[in-house]
Amino acid sequence: MCLGIPGRIESITDTGELTRAGKVSFGGIQKEVSLAYVPDAQVGDYVIVHVGFAISKVNEDEAKQVFAYLKEMDELQELDEAAPPPTS
Amino acid sequence: MKYIDEYRDAAAARKLADQLARVTTRPWTLMEVCGGQTHAIVKFGIDTLLPKGVELVHGPGCPVCVTPLELIDKAIAIASRPEVTFCSFGDMLRVPGSERDLLSVKADGRDVRIVYSPLDAVKYAAAHPEREVVFFAVGFETTAPANAMAVAQAHQLGLKNFSLLVSHVLVPPAIEALMSSRQNRVQGFLAAGHVCVIMGVEEYAPLAAKYKVPIVVTGFEPLDILQGVLMAVTQLEEGRAEVENQYARAVRPEGNRPAQRVVQDIFEVVHRKWRGIGEIPRSGLRLREPYRAFDAELKFDVTGVTTEESSECISGLIMQGLKKPHECPAFGTRCTPEHPLGATMVSSEGACAAYYRYRRTT
Repeated sequence: MCLGIPGRIESITDTGELTRAGKVSFGGIQKEVSLAYVPDAQVGDYVIVHVGFAISKVNEDEAKQVFAYLKEMDELQELDEAAPPPTS
Repeated sequence: MKYIDEYRDAAAARKLADQLARVTTRPWTLMEVCGGQTHAIVKFGIDTLLPKGVELVHGPGCPVCVTPLELIDKAIAIASRPEVTFCSFGDMLRVPGSERDLLSVKADGRDVRIVYSPLDAVKYAAAHPEREVVFFAVGFETTAPANAMAVAQAHQLGLKNFSLLVSHVLVPPAIEALMSSRQNRVQGFLAAGHVCVIMGVEEYAPLAAKYKVPIVVTGFEPLDILQGVLMAVTQLEEGRAEVENQYARAVRPEGNRPAQRVVQDIFEVVHRKWRGIGEIPRSGLRLREPYRAFDAELKFDVTGVTTEESSECISGLIMQGLKKPHECPAFGTRCTPEHPLGATMVSSEGACAAYYRYRRTT
């Protein structure tokens, strides 16, 4: 429906309000992308690109959230395994 | 690739699936709204990782699939005109109209082109004033800002030879229609991540409250979908019905304001027909008055074209999660990607195409 691929901004090529644009690389493939909808995104930022438009700047901290949750689950599990079984 | 590969880690997926099994005590039926999510689920076999009783039914979130037959016929009528250069995303070309599809119009020598972005069509129109360039603007809220920007730029450039054939639809009214239908069995939703990148999450809160269903804004990779299901099932088990944002690395609660502004400037909300489902109130977009010169339906006078749906294709039931592709008698026999009866088999994001490509029987 709405494929959005994350890519890294390599350069800004136009700074016009409607025409703001730049080169974005997707694991090596570079494409000209409109940056009009991410006015604060700069070179080095990752953006989600859909039909040639960057629609969002990837939030680095939020990106780690699922892995932090998994780590927390591991630690909880280790605690469960370490704790002696309840004596019935 | 960064922000993709790490969300396909198998060990992490199994951990999430184990945690999901631990929290699940009863059967639950969830719907993933977006066709892109449907494809990831079937391609990575995520449904096979779910505990017994937790079922994912596929939603109407495939713009190609919901585009009404008559709009395909209008596209074919416009594309058949010698002065027109008809630009579209690739998968719209093979959707069957009443008699033929856009690919056969191209085969007859008409100028039908596949483009990656609507701005490609604007650039072509600027460079070829002698041609009438029409872009097939199909999509949900995710694609509306791109099509709106194409009109804004064409307007700024003063182009007279550029227009859009608009088939834009919105997710919340579709969820409302699904929930208010008597046959509905969906108890929670995985909302379409990229739609919410644009629109934010707030417009789903009234739906979660009114229909008492958890709505989890979810991404498209295996870990995203598993975590989305886990968050929805956890809510169901605890009797909660809230909006949660699993795809927070891309979705801000308020969405993308600059994109919303351009869309509101160029388009207005209208009633719209959905293929296989019928008309849903206030569920589509149309060009506003000042931009009507960019409306290809008016410019090429095809507003009168109306057509009847093929009776054999049950895509409507599939998109409402009432039937699965392999439950259709024509699936894989009379209806295949080479000879599709309906759009859900043609579109790369249609549920039937996903089942045909990754899974034939179950």
